[in-house]
Formats: sequence, C-alpha cells, structure tokens
Amino acid sequence: MKTLLASFAFAATLAGTAAVADEANIRLKDAAETPAVVANCSVCHSVDYIQMNSRFMKRAGWEAEIKKMVSVMGAPVSEADQARLLDYLTREYGVAE
Amino acid sequence: MDRRSFVRAVAGGAALAGGQLLLPRSILAATLPAGTLESEELYALPGKRPLIKRSFRPPNFETPVGQFADVITPNDRFFVRWHLAWIPEVDPREWRLSIGGDAASRPFELSLEHLQRDFEQVEIVAVCQCSGNRRGLSDPHVPGVQWGYGAMGNARWKGVRLRDLLAKAGIGKEAIEIAFDGADRGALDATPDFLKSIPAWKAMDENTIVAWQMNGEPLPHWNGAPARIVVPGWTATYWMKKVVSIRVLSQPLSNFWISKAYRIPKGKFATVDRFTSQETAENTPITEIVVNSLITNVTEGQKVKAGAPLVIKGIAWDAGFGIRDVGVSLDGGRTWQSAELGADLGRFSFRPWQFVARPAKGSYTVSARASNGAGASQTTQLIFNPAGYNNNVIQRIGIEAA
Repeated sequence: MKTLLASFAFAATLAGTAAVADEANIRLKDAAETPAVVANCSVCHSVDYIQMNSRFMKRAGWEAEIKKMVSVMGAPVSEADQARLLDYLTREYGVAE
Repeated sequence: MDRRSFVRAVAGGAALAGGQLLLPRSILAATLPAGTLESEELYALPGKRPLIKRSFRPPNFETPVGQFADVITPNDRFFVRWHLAWIPEVDPREWRLSIGGDAASRPFELSLEHLQRDFEQVEIVAVCQCSGNRRGLSDPHVPGVQWGYGAMGNARWKGVRLRDLLAKAGIGKEAIEIAFDGADRGALDATPDFLKSIPAWKAMDENTIVAWQMNGEPLPHWNGAPARIVVPGWTATYWMKKVVSIRVLSQPLSNFWISKAYRIPKGKFATVDRFTSQETAENTPITEIVVNSLITNVTEGQKVKAGAPLVIKGIAWDAGFGIRDVGVSLDGGRTWQSAELGADLGRFSFRPWQFVARPAKGSYTVSARASNGAGASQTTQLIFNPAGYNNNVIQRIGIEAA
C-alpha cells in the first residue's frame, strides 16, 4: 500500500509539476554508489538538494542527514544502502575531517 | 583574535590598509556554498517568471535581489518554498476549510464562496519571510535550503480575520494553540505531514487572517491557492499554504515540524513575542521577523562614477514595531548617515529607503543598518544557530568610484 501510494504520489507530482521534468538534467558525480543514491533519495526529493548542500559537511554531518531521512522522514533505505550513501556523500559532496 | 579570523583579516588586507575595517572581518566571508552556486539557475515555474532555483522537488525558488526594487513583490516573482513534494492543484470550487478541534464547541466547514461572502473582508500589506532566509550565508554553513537574500516577499493580502472564524467555531477558554494543516503531503505515508500551530493569542490578533487574495489576484498555486494563513510579523513557517484544516487545541501540538524544527536557542535573540506552550529548557519556536534591510541596487564590485550622485536604494522591515531609521555607511561602518524613508504601507510592510552619496575616487564598502521601534538594530556579526535562522547581519558591498 505504501509503495502504491508512493508511486501514485510521484505520478501526481509529475502531472502537476512541470518543474520536475528538469530534474532529469541534474547530474550527480558519477561513482559506483550513484545509482543507489538516485534510487533512494529521488523517492522523496530531487537530488539537487545534495549539490546545494555541498561542500561543507563532514562525515558526521552527512550521517545525521541520512539518519534524519530514515528515522524522521520515514525513507525506506536499507542499512547497506545507508552505508553506500554515506561513503558517497562524504567523498563526493563533503569535506575532510 | 583566533587563527581563523586572523587569516581572514590578512586576506582582507586591502580594506585594512584603507583604514575602513570597523565591521568584523568574518562578515566578508558570507557567501553561499560553492555547490549551491554551481547548482542554481534561473528557472520559471508554470505561472511564474524566472526565479533562482534552489531545488526542483519540492520546489524551492527565491526572488532575485533586483526584484525588491518594487516595494510590493509581484505574484509571479514571489518566492516559493515547500517542505513536501506532493502539492495538489486545489480546485477553488471543491476546496473546503474545516474549523474545529477539542477546544471549539461549534465546529463547521466552509467553502471559498462562504469565506468571501459571510465574513468581513480585510486587507493588510505584510512581509512573508522564510525563517531560513539567508541561511546559505551562515558561517559555518549549516544544512538546509541554502537561501540567499530572496526567500521573502511583500504583498497586499485580502481575506478574513482568523478570530472571526474562531468565534463562529466557538473557541473555548481552554484554547491554547490553533493548528493548521495544508493540502500538501510527502511522497511517503511515513513522512510527517506538515502541520503547524500558533499560540491562541496570536491567532486572535486582528492582523492574523485567512487570505484568499494576494495583490488583487487569486493566490498563485505555488503560494498557497486557494487560501493560506497570513501571520503578519511572524516568519513564514506559520503561514500555512493551501490550508484545509484549522483546529482549536487545548493541548500543545506535537510533531516534528513544531517540536523539533523551526527552533532557535533560548537567550540568543532579543525576541519579544513568545510561544510559551512550546518552549523547552533549551529552545523555543521561532516567532517574529528580526529587523532587517536589503540594498537592492548596488552589487559587489560595481564601478560608479566618481564625484557623481550615487543613489543607494533598499528596503527595511521588521515584525511590525515599525522602522525608525535606516543608516547608510560607505566606509565599512565607521560613519553612518540616515537614509530617507519612503512610502509607509503599514507596519508589517517593506519600507523603501534611499540615500544619495557622492563618492570621490576610491574604494568603498556600502552597508545599511535598520533600527526599529522596539529599539533593535541589525547585527554586525552573525548570531550563529544550528538551523541558520534570523540572519540580519549588516551587508557589506564593495564598490569602486572612478
């Protein structure tokens, strides 16, 4: 039901919002984890949120963001993917300790 | 001076040598994150003219600074801010607003036609400003939508006093907060719906309205059609767009958006309005808009003609205490002269101002500093807080007269 609702909502957003068509032009940095990042994050928001919030967060900062998305916003991201996302965001869109 | 500010002071050596350094050096470091600048673009949402894109979905778009030359922000230039990506187009004929809650004895529902016909209609000019406006200029940067100066707008709102609707709904003495829900929601069931509340006393203020018109026209879809809450003097987080439910509560609202988000540390800001039912030992919901100003016609690095009149223009605003003075400085805050205040469209509106300078050949740092009727002025140094709210740091814009 949740998945059904999610896809319905996404379709409704697509129909009601011409802007999302331009999401297709967002290019995240290419890496092994990129498909997982796009697949998980795009369920709820465009991935320009990642670009916009770079580069100033350390690993702990990105970790807090992922945790917020999972535990507060209810994003169904597997633990394996959470680790992939954290590595990617820290490396490509974060700053060193 | 710590090492960091020392490095900055050296980096800004030209200004030091010129003897113009009165405002803290760190202000010059106020710039958007590199990734924000790389991913921004001018983009026109349907029904809007180009705005600065911060994110596509949910849509977050800010107004370019030059557009604030008009004291009223046109609807098609008004900033757009949503938390959740599912934003339905609401048919005004189908729209219903339900007003109830455990502290309302006569709950009822009304259509747009009823709202427009059965209650006294009032108008007010008021600034709608995102709590996080200028967040992108925080130093150090903090996560969130990386707004520059344009997550705000000033409009003439028309609608019905919220207190008239609450009276009809039989608001009881036990009412402590009034909660709002809009038609938007997240892509997932699990995402907390965006609900907000305000204290009952603020809801009963004569200036708080349910607006169905903006600058003489229906509200744009992106700004909350067919009706939104307008809370003059308070930041936009309470101005619920596409409002569909108003609940009168005898207990404080509890959810992520009111209990965790939109909070400022206690004791850091000279806030007048309190939201006591939501305060904790550490923090409190953001309430009123801090006194602020924006220079609208001078840009960093601009070359002007030496010895010729230079008209510096801008706007100033606050939470409704009234703008008392706008000082303008061309020497980095060493000396200030009062600008001429323009048309007064009401205490919740932008107040235009201008100042005519005649700079001789040389480099200048242009600043404006607004003060209000509550005795507050803009700050010279950022009052850091983890969510980047209440940024009213005095601008510093470097120009050259030749």
